[in-house]
Amino acid sequence: MNPILQFFQNVVTLRGTYDWNTVFTFLFYPDILQGIIITVLLAVLAQLIGTLIGLLLYFTRRSSNGVLRGIGELYVWFFRGTPLLVQILFLNAFLPYIGLARPLIQTHFFRNLGFQQDIPLDAFIAGLAALSLNEGAYMAEIVRAGIDSIDLGQLEAAKSLGMTYWLGMRRIVLPQALRVIIPPLGNEFNSMLKNTSLVSAISVAELLEAAQAHAFSQFRPLELLTVASIWYLVLTTIWTLIQRQLERRINVSNLDPALTSGGSWWKRMIGFGGRETGVPMPAGADHH
Amino acid sequence: MATIEFVDVTKEYPNAKTPAVDNVSFTVHEGAICMLLGTSGSGKTTLLRMVNRLIDPTSGEIRIDGVPTTQQDPIALRRSIGYVIQQVGLFPHLSIEDNVRVVPSILGKSAAETRDRVDELLHLVGLEPAEYRKRYPRQLSGGQQQRVGLARALAADPAVLLMDEPFGALDAITRARLQDELLNVQRGVRKTILFVTHDVEEAFKLGDQIVVMSEGKLVQEGSPIELLAQPASDFVRQLVGADNILRQFEYQPVTAALEPATDAAQERIAADERLLPALLRLIQMRNGALAVVRDGETLGQVSLASVFASVQSIHRNASAASGEHNRSADSAPVIR
Repeated sequence: MNPILQFFQNVVTLRGTYDWNTVFTFLFYPDILQGIIITVLLAVLAQLIGTLIGLLLYFTRRSSNGVLRGIGELYVWFFRGTPLLVQILFLNAFLPYIGLARPLIQTHFFRNLGFQQDIPLDAFIAGLAALSLNEGAYMAEIVRAGIDSIDLGQLEAAKSLGMTYWLGMRRIVLPQALRVIIPPLGNEFNSMLKNTSLVSAISVAELLEAAQAHAFSQFRPLELLTVASIWYLVLTTIWTLIQRQLERRINVSNLDPALTSGGSWWKRMIGFGGRETGVPMPAGADHH
Repeated sequence: MATIEFVDVTKEYPNAKTPAVDNVSFTVHEGAICMLLGTSGSGKTTLLRMVNRLIDPTSGEIRIDGVPTTQQDPIALRRSIGYVIQQVGLFPHLSIEDNVRVVPSILGKSAAETRDRVDELLHLVGLEPAEYRKRYPRQLSGGQQQRVGLARALAADPAVLLMDEPFGALDAITRARLQDELLNVQRGVRKTILFVTHDVEEAFKLGDQIVVMSEGKLVQEGSPIELLAQPASDFVRQLVGADNILRQFEYQPVTAALEPATDAAQERIAADERLLPALLRLIQMRNGALAVVRDGETLGQVSLASVFASVQSIHRNASAASGEHNRSADSAPVIR
């Protein structure tokens, strides 16, 4: 047979060895489902902590204190300048040095929660910390763009009405900045759901690690990676739907129905132009 | 009600050659509208912002009812002073109601407690509460937004109102209407108002008192009539158009041309009217005189002759006070 034809035949048929039964068996396997829970838990927590770090970084980088500003810049420079995987491995190796690893391992935290496989809590925390710290650096840019998009006059007006800086930030500036921050934040979370797979490198039994474990025991890597991929697609698809709903809500609130019935998000946000349908992708959405 | 005293107020910025505000002293009396008039960069806005301590003076002090502002907590001070800003003052993410009740709400009042107050304030500034309460700033025209700004500034019933070119960005017709509206509101609420403007017409129309600023210095302070009658310098004379006889007619009260009443007086005119309507009426009547009355009592009368005499004497005073006098296009119609 022509070797080229043979190649394409192999691609299509996988030499007749691809086993869909394995895929269906493991798709709802308890280990895999628990892996999904860990993945979602990691993503949600890391996104929350990362967003808080991003907010904190805004204030350090806008501080009048030069040292604080320097720390903020250094932080962003470091975490955007090194690979996430290296940060995960680094933090995992770092925990024993500060004496945290041993007491954490002994808690059997996840087994006590009813998980079949115990996940070493030290690795989980190292992974969560790395994902959060890394996300903080990216969120810092998004928060900065959001807050800086609000007219300085707004804070000035808040001040002139007798609000303190922090009250004005909380009640006047941040609620307005949120409408600018939420769309890119949604894209960040989409990336986050997928980036959690990197903590499989430190044996945290999230979705990919759970799939990998069975891949090795069954000698069926392709099938188990298919299982993981299906679930990642399910998660990101659900999130995309939630995100769309969320953006619709922040746009509709505060606006008269007559104004919101037509026009794109962009148009309603800034008053002109923009695409007629859908949400514009902010620049640098998929940067990891 | 409150009296505001400026005592030797100076504001210097580190890298500026000249002070932004240079040793300014004057007093604004209770319930008066004081117009801070000057070109941009004259220090008028800086002066205004020192009243609620958005800026602190380098030296000197500002007293409200005798109490130096520096002895008060700036946050508490600002909550007790209304502030109306040009353009971006309203918060776009809050409804009109929430915008108006910002100050009461930071003082801890709930929406239910402030509901009546919000309605009352919207009525006061000429907006129908039922229609506008739930709207958002961007759904309002510039003039309506500025009305909401005024309602918000009045929400906590402050004794002092600061207004920083509030009508600067509006078209001429809306501006004139809002100026009338402000005078109308002021008749009811009697606040002590400090109003920054670069518009001479606005200063004359609204001001009980005008403070002319130039390059950080107070050039002259007085009532509109005092400024017209006795401008302290050529700068002030040109700024206020003291040579413009029409403006004299417009702002001088009829009492400036009072002469003893005679039988010639056929009609009556109120003592707080200006010369211009009196003059127009006298011209219509061809001659004769108008009896000037206040509270039903006749103070005297005005006639064409007395009006001309008064304006000539004012103008002579003005020329004498300022010495050498440049002829300009403005001064062409002067009667000598």
